[in-house]
Amino acid sequence: MRPFSYQRATDPDMAVQALSAAAAANNPLTQAPAQPLAGGTTLIDLMKLDVMRPAAIVDINPLARDWSAIEPKDDGLRLGALAKMSDVAAHDGIQRNYPVIANSLKLAASAQLRNMATLGGNVMQRTRCSYFRDVSYENCNKRHPGSGCAAMDGVNRMHAVLGVSDQCIATYPGDFAQALIALDAIVEITGKAGTRSMPFAQLHKTPGSTPDIETTLQPGELISAFAVPGRWPRSVYLKARDRQSYEFALSSAAVALDVQDGTIRDARVALGGVATVPWRAREAEALLKGQKFDEALAQRVADAAFADARGRRHNSFKIALGKRVVARALQQAVTMEI
Amino acid sequence: MSDKSSSRASAFDRRAFMAGVAGSALVPMTARAATQDANAPVAQDPALPVEVTLHVNGKDKRLSIDARTTVLDALREQLKLTGSKKGCDHGQCGACTVLIGDRRVVSCLTLALAAEGQEITTIEGLATDDRLHPMQQAFIDNDAFQCGYCTPGQIMSAVACVKEGHANNEADIREYMSGNICRCAAYPNIVAAVKQAAPEIMKG
Repeated sequence: MRPFSYQRATDPDMAVQALSAAAAANNPLTQAPAQPLAGGTTLIDLMKLDVMRPAAIVDINPLARDWSAIEPKDDGLRLGALAKMSDVAAHDGIQRNYPVIANSLKLAASAQLRNMATLGGNVMQRTRCSYFRDVSYENCNKRHPGSGCAAMDGVNRMHAVLGVSDQCIATYPGDFAQALIALDAIVEITGKAGTRSMPFAQLHKTPGSTPDIETTLQPGELISAFAVPGRWPRSVYLKARDRQSYEFALSSAAVALDVQDGTIRDARVALGGVATVPWRAREAEALLKGQKFDEALAQRVADAAFADARGRRHNSFKIALGKRVVARALQQAVTMEI
Repeated sequence: MSDKSSSRASAFDRRAFMAGVAGSALVPMTARAATQDANAPVAQDPALPVEVTLHVNGKDKRLSIDARTTVLDALREQLKLTGSKKGCDHGQCGACTVLIGDRRVVSCLTLALAAEGQEITTIEGLATDDRLHPMQQAFIDNDAFQCGYCTPGQIMSAVACVKEGHANNEADIREYMSGNICRCAAYPNIVAAVKQAAPEIMKG
């Protein structure tokens, strides 16, 4: 690992100042010379691999005093960005009214990593693309813009089929973000100018021609909280993977429904393991609204969710698998007892 | 293996030795807190070692470390507490699992500087006097290991798994112990050990 300076930020201003000081306008956030340290499960790993090379680490864990509350309220949910994945997954109010959130967290990583990792760090988790993680590959447009993409014609079984470009097919690896994007979550961001909020759906950027720019967050900005409007007791997170536990998704679906007298009033569908960013399947949702559920409808919805999917040599199976995951998640959500 | 179960005598010899080392490095709690505050706003020169006090198995240990040092490397290389094992060094295998506070974490992805001021418990800190921790005894009773390399991590993880309330049935134990890989595949016996120890640990 390369050497770095370490400082502990004891309040948000200090953190923002320390992170901004080393930032330049042309730095993508991921290559900024100062990086915040929360759980460290991505950052320290990638520093050991020499993928991330910050000269300064700003430990923001002391901010957890104010940034880790788990607050389910009547009209919605607020989650501090430094809340630990394990604490949110185990929270009664989250399990009862937001099972899609609780299960997306419970099914991610291992118990140890969930104890360390924070919600904010989790949504900022970097791709598991094996070419991105191995610096002996020169051609990675995320690490070296314009160098090409080794995954494109390489071993790409784990790579994305949605939101891809001819520059990058790296999969967004997280689970929790699919629950957030499905539920129209708001992300609260703290920076030099104070606090701003925006739809979580605007946080991640598809790779396009700039795969090195992964989010709209600027250097010096920190995620401080997430807010979810409403309650979604009829919601599920279904995750298909190579192992039964402790593995990234080959395909996952976050589904939330509002069903009254057998009719679907509102529907949310988001996909994981198959896309370059947390992926909202709005075309699929539109087919569900106002309908009564049956298997034929589930199949049409699943087809719509993957209508724009583009497979490559090893990952085309994810399209068929992903459709089955969507159909089964819908079935589970419709039949679950709440 | 000699750290814990296969030879009680060698385990306690080492622990006694370490207690001596710790005694000479004891720093009062107040000094520890003051150090943390004083360090807080300062970004140090990365080329210079940093002073840090780690609280390990109930004792304060004053260390001079490179900022890059993980808790795992501080334990193994500086404090000579070699029970916690370095498997993958990337947070994937669980062999380095320790408790920080009451949480199980992978010490290979935890910076020692970030662990300052927190209680760290390693496999060497589980037993009390000449009595093994119930989970250690359960691993022996159930033959829950072969080569033993993953065992300290398995045991630390299992202790936390029980206290979290995630050891109520075999399915839960398997799910919540999935962060600890055993290449000898002693899994059935590990599950049996966790089941055996759980009631005793919950009883306190």
